[in-house]
Amino acid sequence: MNLLRTDSITMQFGGLTAVKDFSLELNKGEIVALIGPNGAGKTTAFNMITGVYTPTKGKVIFSEKSTADGKETYKERDITGLRPDQITGLGIARTFQNIRLFKDLSVLDNVLIANHLRINSNVFEAIFKLPRYKREEKQMIEKTMSLLEKVGLAEHRDEKSSSLPYGQQRRLEIARALATDPKILLLDEPAAGMNPKETDDLTVFIKQIRDEFDLTVFMIEHHMQVVMGISKRIYVLDYGITIAQGSPYEIQNNQRVIEAYLGVDEDA
Amino acid sequence: MKKNTIFTLSAIVLLVIFLFIANTTLDSYILRILNLCAIYTVLGLSMNLINGFTGLFSLGHAGFMAVGAYTTALMTMSVSTKQMNFFLAPLISPLDQIVWPFLPSLILAGILSAIAAFLIGAPVLRLKGDYLAIATLGFSEIIRVIFTNTQSLTNGALGLKGIPTTTNLWWSFGIAVFTIFIMVSLINSSYGRAFKAIREDEIAAESMGISLFRHKVLSFAIGAFFAGVGGGLLGNLIGAVDPLMFRFFLTYNILLIIVLGGMGSITGTIISAFVITIAQEVLRFLDEPMFPNIPALPGLRMVVFSILLMVVVLFFRNGLMGTREFSWDKLFGRFSKKPLAKGGTK
Amino acid sequence: MGGSAFYDNFLTNTGCIGISYIPVIPGTKQAAGADTLYLGGVYMTLEMFLQHLSNGISLGSLYALIAIGYTMVYGILRLINFAHGDIFMMAVYFAFFGVVTFGMQWYVSFIVAIALTGVLGITVETLAYRPIREAPRISILISSIGASYLLENLAIVMFGGRPKTFPQIAMFTDMVQLGNVHIQLLTFMIPVVTVVLLIALMYLINKTKSGMAMRAVSKDIETARIMGIDVNRTISFTFGIGSLLAAVGGIMWGLKFPSILPLMGVMPGIKCFIAAVIGGIGSIQGAVVGGFILGIGEILLVAFLPELSGYRDAFAFILLIMILLFKPTGIMGEKISEKV
Repeated sequence: MNLLRTDSITMQFGGLTAVKDFSLELNKGEIVALIGPNGAGKTTAFNMITGVYTPTKGKVIFSEKSTADGKETYKERDITGLRPDQITGLGIARTFQNIRLFKDLSVLDNVLIANHLRINSNVFEAIFKLPRYKREEKQMIEKTMSLLEKVGLAEHRDEKSSSLPYGQQRRLEIARALATDPKILLLDEPAAGMNPKETDDLTVFIKQIRDEFDLTVFMIEHHMQVVMGISKRIYVLDYGITIAQGSPYEIQNNQRVIEAYLGVDEDA
Repeated sequence: MKKNTIFTLSAIVLLVIFLFIANTTLDSYILRILNLCAIYTVLGLSMNLINGFTGLFSLGHAGFMAVGAYTTALMTMSVSTKQMNFFLAPLISPLDQIVWPFLPSLILAGILSAIAAFLIGAPVLRLKGDYLAIATLGFSEIIRVIFTNTQSLTNGALGLKGIPTTTNLWWSFGIAVFTIFIMVSLINSSYGRAFKAIREDEIAAESMGISLFRHKVLSFAIGAFFAGVGGGLLGNLIGAVDPLMFRFFLTYNILLIIVLGGMGSITGTIISAFVITIAQEVLRFLDEPMFPNIPALPGLRMVVFSILLMVVVLFFRNGLMGTREFSWDKLFGRFSKKPLAKGGTK
Repeated sequence: MGGSAFYDNFLTNTGCIGISYIPVIPGTKQAAGADTLYLGGVYMTLEMFLQHLSNGISLGSLYALIAIGYTMVYGILRLINFAHGDIFMMAVYFAFFGVVTFGMQWYVSFIVAIALTGVLGITVETLAYRPIREAPRISILISSIGASYLLENLAIVMFGGRPKTFPQIAMFTDMVQLGNVHIQLLTFMIPVVTVVLLIALMYLINKTKSGMAMRAVSKDIETARIMGIDVNRTISFTFGIGSLLAAVGGIMWGLKFPSILPLMGVMPGIKCFIAAVIGGIGSIQGAVVGGFILGIGEILLVAFLPELSGYRDAFAFILLIMILLFKPTGIMGEKISEKV
């Protein structure tokens, strides 16, 4: 069932149209990829979905779960133009292309912070360590440690996040995003800078967390190994326009996609 | 009881004993310096919360202190003192009749400063970096100008004299210790982590679900609360307030304290507040004639401090402590390499 | 009434002698003679209004000259040079000492003062800003504040806290009469000098190599460096030009408002930064526009609402808050967006 869809969203910066009429559908449990040459507008599409940019045109629609009469129903909600923190609150989390960890803070703190949005205690309770806060703090730490163990970073909990090697920083960012209890996880080039072994591990890892946390994953990626390996469907952007969408097999054999990446053969 | 709690309680007991001895043996000049040290600790911590931990460039601290100082003064002054002060235009009622004890006045001072921060913050905290600095500086000046012109509330440019000098070592150190506890607890809580996240990377923080506006205003208001309390303590120490006391010089002084101590460190601010307040007194001799033939150079003291600020910011950007904090473990770790025999942490 | 007494002083100080003024309580009407304007609850003769306007234009010109320095430095380094107002103050003192202590002819003293101020501006940049250009923003901000603080305290020590009187040059302070209006020659000269300098500045920026270097560096420092521009020299040059303009403004300020103090640069400094923000920080035309809006607005505020004259300084801050809330890029500014 459809969890998130975008309705022809367009992003214009002054005279430049970065993304034009991008229509996306994410179904629950899918792993969907967004590929395209550099500068095609992929991160801009992410930013429109996560609220960093407000689309110049079009809508972003999220299916919110609600429980009425003991039954679970999904209601569509227009989330276009909401702030990033509101969108994360609804259950859409992301990582960044150029890792944006809280550099001077510890590994533990980085992930703990992502728990804050679910806190119910107010600041007085936090300052005076009232019972409800103490309970919530304990839960947050437990949840954080379990996430850190899952990504294999538990032993580094007190180290400064910027002191971790690159690959581990990427995993930390994913752990951090997971701590916000997302339903949809947007990964921006999670395999960037990884060697083949790390890329393999990452591919397995993404599938694992999708299963374990009941996620829907939408990712931007250049490593075709990852993309073709685990994506159910792929969207291809070039100069902001969706030039193809379909299954990995369909995309691999799509002429326009090949031309976009490799350029048109001049002698042909 | 936890080891750390025992140490902390012992330290407080020692402090109480020290204050007792100090009150009875030291002369009033030194007592005043100690009071100022404690007050600047409160002020430094309040500014460090906003600027150091949340990363907001706020230069409006003097304004909040003014609100606090005037509130406390007006609440604690006796009716007759008020009448003597407000000879150009009488103080508006019911303030001219109300007299409150010190503690409620301080609390009110803090609350009013926090409300001022909320009102100012709502429009202004959306701005980034330098713009926020100038806007908060602007508001601080607006507050000062308003105080200079509202004769029947603040006595205008004449200021208030004869404020009861209720601030003593118990008040100033007591409130300083209270402030330290609040700050430590806040910073180590989930909200404190949210503040630090905003300082580190606003965009990432927002994407992790932290409402930037709400948390910035929160930090701003809590900082302003303590700035107001500090202002109240200051006013009731000196015994007089006037608008000229609350120009940007005052904000700069506190900025110097937190920069020197390390803007991400509570410990640093405390140490720095004491060091700078004491140093400012000790270096007073620079303002006096030093050698037989060289006349006094008033202001040399402040020149030295300005150079100090420049040196720190150019060469020791992280200040004394950077973002490190004091802990009993670290202190005793220095003295023994072996883990503690029973129930050691490592 | 308090308002009337202040106003009489104001008239005398600006040289408007012999023109009567009748304050009116808003809501009532009072005949005040022929040729009067009724504006905002205040009866004012046309002559008086013109006097205020010319004062406003004068003040606006001075603000514009100083604001340009702020906007140029911000355009290049994205940094508020808090010390700029104090550099302006130093120029006034340099000129003062030139005439009073060293007995130079006024024009010699002025030229030396302007040159010295330019050097001072470049020195501040070299010592306080260049070493930490790569540091986090807040350190640069604090260094800027520190530099300002240091200059102010140095001035207090070197020049003493008591006000001094800037030499009054007869040629400038003489009154000129146009119709019924008496105005100082200076009041005319200031805008004229400002316009001349502005034309020279625009020529410098648009038609010379140095100017092109300045524009390049303000767009993108790294690319400018790669293209072979000596970035350090260009930045120093920018500071120098800004300081020279502030120096000229300072000297004219000293002629117009002869009482000089070590902290005289603080308020104008902040107001002129505000002027630059109002006009659009980074834009020279914006700084000029902002300077005039602020200068004329301030004078007219005091003229029409004398009971609010104590709030004259707050006027600038209120304008600032308005602009920051409704059009943060300023009247002539451009949007800058951050890449995520």
